[in-house]
Amino acid sequence: MIPRPKPERFRLRRTMIFMSAQKPGLIKDAYIYGVDSIMLDLEDAVAENQKDAARFSLYHALKTIDYGDTEVIVRINGLDTPHWQEDIRVCVAGGADGIRIAKCESAQDVKTVEAAVEAAEKEFGVEAGRTLLMAALESPKGILNAYEICSASDRMFGVAISGGDFRKCMQTKPTPDGIDMLVARGQMIMAARAAGVQCFDTVFTNLDDMAGYEAEVRQNKAMGFDGKSLINPKQIRLVHEIFAPTEKEIMQAEKIVRAYREQSAAGVGVFTVDGKMIDIAFIPGAERTLKLARACGLWEGNLV
Amino acid sequence: MIIQKPAVAGTVESSDALVSVEPGEGKIELTLTSSVMNQYGRQIKETVMETLKRLGVDSVKINIVDKGALDCTLKARVECAVFRSCDASEKDIPWGGAVS
Repeated sequence: MIPRPKPERFRLRRTMIFMSAQKPGLIKDAYIYGVDSIMLDLEDAVAENQKDAARFSLYHALKTIDYGDTEVIVRINGLDTPHWQEDIRVCVAGGADGIRIAKCESAQDVKTVEAAVEAAEKEFGVEAGRTLLMAALESPKGILNAYEICSASDRMFGVAISGGDFRKCMQTKPTPDGIDMLVARGQMIMAARAAGVQCFDTVFTNLDDMAGYEAEVRQNKAMGFDGKSLINPKQIRLVHEIFAPTEKEIMQAEKIVRAYREQSAAGVGVFTVDGKMIDIAFIPGAERTLKLARACGLWEGNLV
Repeated sequence: MIIQKPAVAGTVESSDALVSVEPGEGKIELTLTSSVMNQYGRQIKETVMETLKRLGVDSVKINIVDKGALDCTLKARVECAVFRSCDASEKDIPWGGAVS
């Protein structure tokens, strides 16, 4: 039995890779890739007549395999299926770090799952509140209700947009510049930030188009995502590279934080660093850069 | 648990095992073929017998085609086959109890 440490609501989640919980060959060594989070899937990757088998497989994987620092999230079946309640029981009993609610459309969906999780924590003697939640927004209704979903529970750590289902609803196809999902991504990020949770982009499914993939990851970073959902280990490294702060950004952030502390101690509110105006509005960003740099192993300071 | 009808769980993919059970004749009859029989045959049998014991199964014909499954996978496949044979694999599984 591998006791997993208590999950952290807010941690580094640049990469989240999907793995079918029904495939022993995949889930037994998924931690070796250095991904931030593994998403063991009970939903679409598992055929309808293998949902039961996937749960047995998931339970023993959670109890036996040492995933180390890699976070283990489970994607459960939708609330319109006969599977989700047993999915929640097995996740909680096995000690998964978190549950991803598929096809989430309202705060009520989150609360329904939360109630079942609470009941399962009681049933299996798991610490109340241990199991985290995130929601996948897969429809226009989910996107429109993003803020109420993000703020529906203290267990919520983030939301992810799911491109396949969303584009199906919108009757669009993936475009190289992402114009098809621009509004939905933007609205979801804004809702997540307003509610103080993280946000994750959808998967990029064409494994042969690495240039298209890179363009999408760069756009994700520019838009303010915390991370991306992945389908293949070969997609991991690029996200970690692109999401890491550059050496220049780290140095600048360090300078800004230092200067701010000196200046504010001397009673100065606005000043310049390397010719750029800096005031208090820049400080959280600089501090976040330093924290991210430390989490990526690029910075060892103690300013933040 | 009493095996009520033939049931199967698993696959013959690498790292997996295909487990079939059918009603027995008062004892456990285990047949095993494994790609790692010489190295792990005994351990596989032990894991299967322990799992059956935990489930309270003492009368079953069980056939296993192992393709290098880890213990945790073997357990999962045996349990799933047994629960399926009782039409009880879909809900209210005793996680942490008989299944552990």
